[in-house]
Amino acid sequence: MSLFVDIRLRRQDFCLNVKFETGENEVLGVLGSSGCGKSMTLKCIAGIEMPDCGRIVLNGRVLFDSVQKINLSPQARNVGYLFQNYALFPHMTVEENIAAGIKTKNKKVCIDRYIKMFYLKKLETRYPRELSGGQQQRVALARIFASEPEILMLDEPFSALDSYLKWQVENELARVLQDYQKTVLFVSHNRDEVYRFCDKIAVLAQGQIECVSSKNDVFHAPQSLAASKLTGCKNHSRIRIIDGVTIEAIEWGIILQVPLLKEAVKVPEYVGIRSHDIKVVDDSLAVNTFAFEVVQRVEDMFSFVLMVKYTENSSPLRVEFPKENWQESGCIGDEIYLNFPETGLFLLVG
Amino acid sequence: MDLSPLFISIKTALLATTITFFLGLYAARYIRGRQQWQGFLDGVLTLPLVLPPTVVGFFLLLLLGKNSYIGQLLQQVDIQVVFSWEATVIAATVVAFPLMYRTARGAFEQVDKNYVYAARTLGMSEEGIFWKIIIALSWPGIAAGAILAFARALGEFGATIMLAGNIPGKTQTMSTAIYSAVQSGDRDTAFIWAFVIILLSLVIMILMNYWTNRQKNLVGRRSLR
Repeated sequence: MSLFVDIRLRRQDFCLNVKFETGENEVLGVLGSSGCGKSMTLKCIAGIEMPDCGRIVLNGRVLFDSVQKINLSPQARNVGYLFQNYALFPHMTVEENIAAGIKTKNKKVCIDRYIKMFYLKKLETRYPRELSGGQQQRVALARIFASEPEILMLDEPFSALDSYLKWQVENELARVLQDYQKTVLFVSHNRDEVYRFCDKIAVLAQGQIECVSSKNDVFHAPQSLAASKLTGCKNHSRIRIIDGVTIEAIEWGIILQVPLLKEAVKVPEYVGIRSHDIKVVDDSLAVNTFAFEVVQRVEDMFSFVLMVKYTENSSPLRVEFPKENWQESGCIGDEIYLNFPETGLFLLVG
Repeated sequence: MDLSPLFISIKTALLATTITFFLGLYAARYIRGRQQWQGFLDGVLTLPLVLPPTVVGFFLLLLLGKNSYIGQLLQQVDIQVVFSWEATVIAATVVAFPLMYRTARGAFEQVDKNYVYAARTLGMSEEGIFWKIIIALSWPGIAAGAILAFARALGEFGATIMLAGNIPGKTQTMSTAIYSAVQSGDRDTAFIWAFVIILLSLVIMILMNYWTNRQKNLVGRRSLR
């Protein structure tokens, strides 16, 4: 029960070059900003778009192979694809929508089963426009499950929901996925969703897979600039390596001590640090501690966000503190001491 | 007064609309699915709309007449197309076809592609998708096309008179009846048929408007989702 994908595709000004493999019945998250080729990848797997070359294998069955000239129709691929806006047929009732994907003879039994499973009782004769966003998603999932696909692909499953509803729908989907013993591709630009749902994460940037690794590795030790940005790190600077343990952060204008640089194929070109990993301290005695000037202060719901600069010409850093730890210092123009813990620094390739 | 032109006209227009309805739908589907020659084929299929009907009639005459290959073939099984009632149907079908074809194509293009993609991944057959998804979703537009085609078939004159002639009780439609009446100085009859045609056309236009409004409402309701 696994999926292997290795495809290349070129459209006007867009180039997709994607290669990854999922493990047994695993939930693989595909994290990428909008327009990076996430949906295109899913469409290639579903057979809606045709890659220029490559190979797609699902559970040992070749879906696409440019060398062997195999290109199964979407109907023959048997993949479940949850579209961003669910693509429920607007002229069909809930029941008819679910029936559309059923291949077995005994439709009635099958419909009832999925109506029950997705809590759609009493909604059978409604039209999609008469349903809430969460109900629509349940119908879309019921319809997909009724077609008994070998893999489930979710394309930004919560993008059409407002934040209040989102949490509830997320929990419902988590429940469904728990019982689902098949491969799942979960595509999103939202790091939190991906973190909550997936075991393994593929980072996709500008049509290229940056890395495929476990969720912890991606979030706690990102390897590339794109991965770091996608996992929510806000501060990045280009670097100049001085020696094995010292670097200059060019844009920030400071010199940092870092954990011993490993011999790597690719030399790191950037450094990154999360805004809440930067600590406020009383003086500049410790290693990696510098005096910064506060240039901007933004009050958030639960925290304060400060933009700070080391010198006039260096680019600003973003620092974040929970409100309860807040002292009165930190108004615009104040000078504060900030410490960059070695463990919080990511060294990144471009 | 001889009412046969009214019945011949309506019978012809109904049959021609039915034929052109299916031909138009399938042609629209076929052309949309094609990669090559799309523009050229579209032009050929739309030609009867822009050509003078007499030119269409002239070509149909060449195609189905006694000296043509098809005409001779039909003659062997004792069928003569030219100057028969069937000829009025053929003329009306050909002239009305582009209206049906164009409107259907336009209506198909309005259907959100994601519905088709979703249906495909769900395993629905292409034929099932065509009827249950594409046609169903573009139904108001298709109905409008059928009404337009009916109106065109009902008023058809040039191609009909070339291919089917103007034989009272057999191939004489309302349009050709007016022509005959004016030619023989019978203004009253001409007025009556003109009035009937205006009345029918008006009803058709009202139906059209009704459909367009319905379509707008449907689209509005869908975007509410």
